[in-house]
Amino acid sequence: MYAFNYHKPATVADAAALASQHADGKLLAGGMTLLPTMKQRLAQPSDIIDMGKLNDLKGIEVKDGVVTIKAMTRHVTVATSAEVRKAIPALAELAGGIGDPAVRNRGTIGGSVANNDPAADYPAACLALGATIHTNKRAIAADDFFTGLFETALGEGEIITSISFPAPDKANYQKFRNPASRYAIVGVFVAKKGGDVRVAVTGAGDSGVFRQKDFEAALKANFAVAALDGKHQPEKGLNSDIHADAEYRAHLIGVMAKRAVAAAK
Amino acid sequence: MPKVSMTVNGKPVSGDVDSRTLLVQFLRETLRLTGTHVGCDTSQCGCCVVHVDGDAVKSCTALALSLEGADVRTIEGLANGDKLHPMQEAFRENHGLQCGFCTPGMIMTAVELVSRKGHTLDEKTIREELEGNLCRCTGYHNIVKAIAAGATAMGAKA
Repeated sequence: MYAFNYHKPATVADAAALASQHADGKLLAGGMTLLPTMKQRLAQPSDIIDMGKLNDLKGIEVKDGVVTIKAMTRHVTVATSAEVRKAIPALAELAGGIGDPAVRNRGTIGGSVANNDPAADYPAACLALGATIHTNKRAIAADDFFTGLFETALGEGEIITSISFPAPDKANYQKFRNPASRYAIVGVFVAKKGGDVRVAVTGAGDSGVFRQKDFEAALKANFAVAALDGKHQPEKGLNSDIHADAEYRAHLIGVMAKRAVAAAK
Repeated sequence: MPKVSMTVNGKPVSGDVDSRTLLVQFLRETLRLTGTHVGCDTSQCGCCVVHVDGDAVKSCTALALSLEGADVRTIEGLANGDKLHPMQEAFRENHGLQCGFCTPGMIMTAVELVSRKGHTLDEKTIREELEGNLCRCTGYHNIVKAIAAGATAMGAKA
């Protein structure tokens, strides 16, 4: 790891000020991605702004059919929250499938969403559920938030404070995971709310998470596994790597989408 | 250098550390508690699992400075003098180790698992919960048996 200056602010405002002041600094949430990246010397932040003391960024609230999860809430808390499990079971299940138990004890939803790893799970939930990402400055619709590989709409000194998810009528997330890293090779989140259906795909796209609008249209007409028969995800724009080539990923997107529709509740 | 203070195995400890110091380095190099192992150093293998405020975490992937004021428990903090913790005893009884390198992490993970899921653990649950702990010798069979037995023994003790 390269050397850095360490800060542990007590308020979101102080954290934002530090982040603005140190353009080459990084915010540290659970550290489950940032610390390994720094250990491999793939990142060299001048300053680390540790958000561990920002206790008002922890917690879950369910109100008027909207689940709001504060940014520093750990995956284990979401996975085991009776309220989340009741309002959006697919979201609790997704959180319980991230990494392994020790990773879920440290990793946070805000860290995952801000990092926008193309194989992370939460970005798919945000897009499919039509979440709103709240920051210290504004509210951003998930559709406008994820802008590319590890890229988001967040500006300098902007910190995610919470994410709110409107509860759908039905939803499910299916992940075909890499057994070593536990990241998604392909993950598909399907959500139905009223007449609207949204299908978000993670792990596969060469610019990160995306919506599969062709599948969405078919499922809007008929929310059933059979509606996806004959629907095919094009290979163009999908990743090929040692884990899976684009052709295989395209196939998996169809399979995972069908499984998610079948399991949606 | 910044100073960090925490409680380790019930004792207050502190030390001057470089900001880069990982919890596992603080434990092994500053405190000389070398029971916590570094296997992969990439948060995959779980040899470095310790408890932080009761939660199992990978100590190779946490900054010591982040854990200012935390309550940390390592494998050295389990036994009561010469008397092994019931989970340690179960690993010995069930031959839940061969080379022993992963054992401290396995045992710390197992003890936390019992604190969350109770004393009656089926094989499926144990295997799922061991997702983040790798053993390259045993094929896991005896580790799973040991954890089931250790969980029961921990209940009997309480």
